[in-house]
Amino acid sequence: MSEEILKITPLNSAHLAAGARMVPFAGYSMPVQYKDGVLKEHLWTRAHAGLFDVSHMGQARLRGEAPLIAFQQVTPGDFKGLKLGKQRYSVLLNATGGIIDDLMAARPDDDGLFVVVNGACKDNDFKVMGEVLAGQVEIERLENRALLALQGPEACVVLAAHIPEAASMVFMDSAALEGFGTDVLLSRSGYTGEDGYEISIPAHEAERVWNLLLNDERVRPIGLGARDSLRLEAGLPLYGHDVDESVSPIEADLAFAVSPKRRQAADFPGAGRILAELAGDATRRRVGLRVLEGAPAREGAEIADADGRVIGVVTSGGFAPSLSAPIAMGFVPPAFASPGTQLRVIVRGKPQLAEVTAMPFVPHRYVRKL
Amino acid sequence: MRFTKDHEWVELDGDIATVGITAYAADQLGDVVFVETPDLGKSLKSGDAMAVVESVKAASDVYAPLSGEVVEANGALGDAPETVNDQPEGLGWFAKIKIADRAEFDALMDRPAYEAFLGSL
Repeated sequence: MSEEILKITPLNSAHLAAGARMVPFAGYSMPVQYKDGVLKEHLWTRAHAGLFDVSHMGQARLRGEAPLIAFQQVTPGDFKGLKLGKQRYSVLLNATGGIIDDLMAARPDDDGLFVVVNGACKDNDFKVMGEVLAGQVEIERLENRALLALQGPEACVVLAAHIPEAASMVFMDSAALEGFGTDVLLSRSGYTGEDGYEISIPAHEAERVWNLLLNDERVRPIGLGARDSLRLEAGLPLYGHDVDESVSPIEADLAFAVSPKRRQAADFPGAGRILAELAGDATRRRVGLRVLEGAPAREGAEIADADGRVIGVVTSGGFAPSLSAPIAMGFVPPAFASPGTQLRVIVRGKPQLAEVTAMPFVPHRYVRKL
Repeated sequence: MRFTKDHEWVELDGDIATVGITAYAADQLGDVVFVETPDLGKSLKSGDAMAVVESVKAASDVYAPLSGEVVEANGALGDAPETVNDQPEGLGWFAKIKIADRAEFDALMDRPAYEAFLGSL
């Protein structure tokens, strides 16, 4: 892999100064871990507050006459009903109901829709949106903004010292406000299962804000390695691994992203397939697995039934630091998807006992009410 | 103690070679959470995948630094894989191999040579 073509985030020199190990990810040079290592960074986030640079993700504004209604042409969400100050998780769908990407879309203010998509998918996502919604929305990519995530049980008290309004937000609230002496697009959400925030700031302010937050002894920088183990424990799928364009939201166990109103109207891409799958027609489903013996089962490991017949595949897996045990996600036929079902994962040719487990593996600690 | 370019170490006592991974390798891997040691009696050729060491993030092969037969595996790593991080070039050994050819051992790097190799990475 030629390193010179890798992009860097506005925090690149801060990562290097902090002793990060940098790896290529989504076309960027990104910190996979800092000096503490993945295990300690993971546990720190669950106990205190972890600071993540996720500036590789794609941020954009969608503006137009009726951007919320337009956005419903590419997603199965009820964006028409998205209130000011709220954020929603959704999926960008292709014509056959496959997931092009998963995303967050919010109304921090009255300036259209603020969308955050995965870094590895962003160019294609905005191209697709631009094509399908041509003449209805203008897409402004916010390449001059950085994105930080502050996650963990102490995230709220840490952030409220700089932005008092943060403490009065609940999970999936979104706000445009002044903070750190600059303009901030803030949401109370994240990708770890913990309480926390995603903080969009101008790129030229990123290093200053990063260092301000790290000055608090409750905050440590956390790399992509722990971000992955945290989201795995939280039962959250990773695009490009657990989910791709062949997978529908029903198969991916993301049925909550298909709003009841939209089901009734059947007016989203791939509605035929998705509604049939909702009625029981799906052939596979994403499940959580606890690996009860042996080595961690990682992406690509086969899943077999009790008779040894291969019925599915692990799409992400590893060691769960908070559980001190291996866990995984994978796809199996619905008949094998009930929690408690005993299966096998095949690791280096050896079958190991595994059990379908309800997700999240580690309970979410979102603040839904104040 | 002798070393390989794949960051295994070997200590020889008679014709029994104790094998592990170097402090450098353990540091690169990060926190070790699982170790799969070789089966007793397994016949290995130099360069064969001999064991697997797993961090939170990834699984990595450990290669046999020399040919021979596995006569002992470090069962203690099953319950305490972190020993590989704590004492990589001591209690964190992986296996003992009854070697077939002493010349293979002599051909490995000594510590100054290994340290020079690390400096070149």
